[in-house]
Amino acid sequence: MRKQFGGLRVTDGLHLQVRPREVHALIGPNGAGKTTLVHQIAGTLKPDAGTITLDSLDVTALPVSARVQLGIARSYQITNIFRSLTVIDNVALAVQARRGHSFSFWRPVQSDTALRDEAATVLDRLALTEHALRPAGSLSYGDQRLLEVGIALATSPRVLLLDEPMAGMGPQESSRMVEMIDGLRGQMAVMLVEHDMDAVFRLADRISVLVYGRIVATGTPQEIRRNPEVVLAYLGDEEIA
Amino acid sequence: MNRGLIAVIVAGLGLLVLPMVLVSMGQGFYLGLLTRIMIYALAATSLNLILGYGGMVSFGHAAFLGIGGYAVAIAAQHGIGTAWVAWPMALGAVALFATVIGAISLRTQGVHFLMITLALAQMVYYVFVSLRGYGGDDGLSMSRRSSFGWEAWWPTRGDTGFYYLVLALLALALLCAHRLVRSHFGRVLIGVRENEARMSTIGYPVYRYKLAAFVIAAVLCGLAGVLNVELNRFISPSVMHWSQSGMLMVIVIVGGLGRPWAGVVGATVFLGLEEVLSHYTERWQLPLGLLLLALVLARVAGWRLPRDTGKSLQHV
Amino acid sequence: MLWIEQLLNGLQYSLMLFLFAAGLTLVFGIMNLVNLAHGSLYMLGAYSAATVTALSGSYAIGLLGALVFMGLFGALLEIVLIRRLYRQDHLTQVLATFALILIFNESVRIVWGVQPLRYDIPAALSGSVSIVGDLRYSAYRLATIAAGVVVALLLYWMVSRTRVGMWVRAGASNREMVQMMGVNVRRLFTAIFSLGAVLSGLAGAALAPLMSVQVGMGEEVLILAFVVVVVGGVGSIRGAFIAALLVGMVDSMGRAWLPGLLGAVLPAHIASDLGPALASMSVYLLMAVVLMVRPMGLFFPGAPSLLPKWLRRHPPMAANAAPGRASA
Repeated sequence: MRKQFGGLRVTDGLHLQVRPREVHALIGPNGAGKTTLVHQIAGTLKPDAGTITLDSLDVTALPVSARVQLGIARSYQITNIFRSLTVIDNVALAVQARRGHSFSFWRPVQSDTALRDEAATVLDRLALTEHALRPAGSLSYGDQRLLEVGIALATSPRVLLLDEPMAGMGPQESSRMVEMIDGLRGQMAVMLVEHDMDAVFRLADRISVLVYGRIVATGTPQEIRRNPEVVLAYLGDEEIA
Repeated sequence: MNRGLIAVIVAGLGLLVLPMVLVSMGQGFYLGLLTRIMIYALAATSLNLILGYGGMVSFGHAAFLGIGGYAVAIAAQHGIGTAWVAWPMALGAVALFATVIGAISLRTQGVHFLMITLALAQMVYYVFVSLRGYGGDDGLSMSRRSSFGWEAWWPTRGDTGFYYLVLALLALALLCAHRLVRSHFGRVLIGVRENEARMSTIGYPVYRYKLAAFVIAAVLCGLAGVLNVELNRFISPSVMHWSQSGMLMVIVIVGGLGRPWAGVVGATVFLGLEEVLSHYTERWQLPLGLLLLALVLARVAGWRLPRDTGKSLQHV
Repeated sequence: MLWIEQLLNGLQYSLMLFLFAAGLTLVFGIMNLVNLAHGSLYMLGAYSAATVTALSGSYAIGLLGALVFMGLFGALLEIVLIRRLYRQDHLTQVLATFALILIFNESVRIVWGVQPLRYDIPAALSGSVSIVGDLRYSAYRLATIAAGVVVALLLYWMVSRTRVGMWVRAGASNREMVQMMGVNVRRLFTAIFSLGAVLSGLAGAALAPLMSVQVGMGEEVLILAFVVVVVGGVGSIRGAFIAALLVGMVDSMGRAWLPGLLGAVLPAHIASDLGPALASMSVYLLMAVVLMVRPMGLFFPGAPSLLPKWLRRHPPMAANAAPGRASA
């Protein structure tokens, strides 16, 4: 794929492959173009060249909502939830989105027990059940980040794009998030963009390294750790435990 | 039975007996004012749907008042005097116009949307001004109200009978709006208001829902337009001037934007004020403008009423 | 040679429309403010010019007085009220400025009454000038065209070539940064709003002798100005200019020719209604067409250029520039 803004090539001949149900981490120095890539896969930005294929279906021309219906969901680096709605309503909206159309005008949504139960199940997974009826904006930062991921999760995706889910989190909150993502293993493909190296090395089945708009290496965590180019370009000469 | 429901029932009963009380007191004139208030309550409720619940700032909503009204008046001029034909025709025309206007405008957002709805509605206004065959600037009158065929036992052509017709329709519309807001569709609408970008990234084809809401609100407003022309047996293009759309917005805001009774409360306060103030001065829009400005500045200073986000899914 | 006269009329209207819309697009593009009361400034310009002219007996003093008054009034309005609205959402701004329309309209009715005011073309310009062959054209209208062109050029020069213009453009995208660089953003915004008021007032005063001075004159032009701003791209002076030309021409020529054209093709009783209707609609049809191709307007800041690559001076810019920026 290729994407440029003016004279700046943000995505430069990038090839990336994510396998079904694997956790694939994307790391790279700041400004490497990671968020731009997430935008292009999710559909909020159109690449200048290249294609995006989901299970051999070309989705490059599809709008965002269509991609979500096919199973590509994303969470945001800057929390983007429905702050005035309750926590459970946040999740329920996402669940509702996947159940065909919502052109039902008369029946109250409160009577939709199936919807309610599915939303409750997602909240359980996020360990946010106790906060279900609070306005989402009143949650702590860490809980909001969990909800952020939860909304994407509630659309039952095949591919979950997580854009720095642990951004701004302390160690305790981060480990909750890591636990949660670990629990998703094997149920869907997860593309995890992160800076938190502990989390990355713990969660990832494979890692790709993005530098200046292209992937310079892909492999298992062990392979990446030992790759001299990667160590030089990105990790510096830090000792990785 | 909660307090809210009791209050509604009491108010409803009051409205039911009011005509008889007024007529017996010789104050039959006020029937016309009350009917007018109810018609504007209907129009404002329809605007509240897209503005208050959907967050779409449309400045052309009054156009639908005009299209609905003119359709009935024009039909009457061509000899169609029965409501069973004229009214559905009018609502159909409104739905058609709304689909076209909405399809064009909803491709834009925010201020662009505001300006485009404004411009398109004004276009409709100018079209009717230039239709000299149908009165043009001077307006079009109807010799008699459309008939339903039940005038023997429900004289809807008379003032009292018409009052009850409007009351019944308003109650029905309020019920529909109430159900709509709490339905799956209503949740989507509220979601679009709260965070439109996120709605599309969780998989909603937002444009379609906005368009549906736009048309529904337009048809409700068109009904108000129909009732309006039947009430006055007269309509002129001024009813759809953009300043009328502005007034509708003011009514909704005064009544509590995004809350269920905004239309009713707003229309009562606004038209009531207009009635009272115009006894003192012809320049009643001045105190109105000052009041509105004060309201807005209060809002700016932070005195905001919480918006209706509906009851949350109860979690067992 | 009727068409030359109509062309010039269209040009004159376009230029005045540009002056009026320029203030609107600047205020909107830089301060992100929707100002419905902009039409009221147009009206006040006409009323103050008419009044000062009547009091002083001189057209020139009347015009000058009006401009000074509008500048001061605009600044006062901005300081007292408008600046509180910058950080608010557009709906709030719409409501507040709508309230202002009500207040201004009624106040004008109270002070000056409901009858239109008398405001004549000055004697010096009341004749006609020969332009091409033996075609003569109103001197006053020619003067208006000349004034419009001069002001447009001055405006363009100011926004794109001066330091103040640069501050204006920078202040839109990053207030805090500009403040830290020592520019007094508050005063800058007051100045911009005041400038917009002067331009509107000028347009109002210039067109008033040709139309009429009455309450509500501003609202008529306001809609057209909105169309100009939307078609041209919010915040773009160049866009406003091109769009004003388009809109003004389409409107004037449409009104002049469409009824006649239709009359040639359609039976008379249909054409006599449809003609004026279509003429009024033509501007909005233009807007709808433009917006279908370019939903953000022709020249919104950051738009890819309309010229083919080999004619462009600058490289194409990013397609997703944030709104709230002004450009030349």
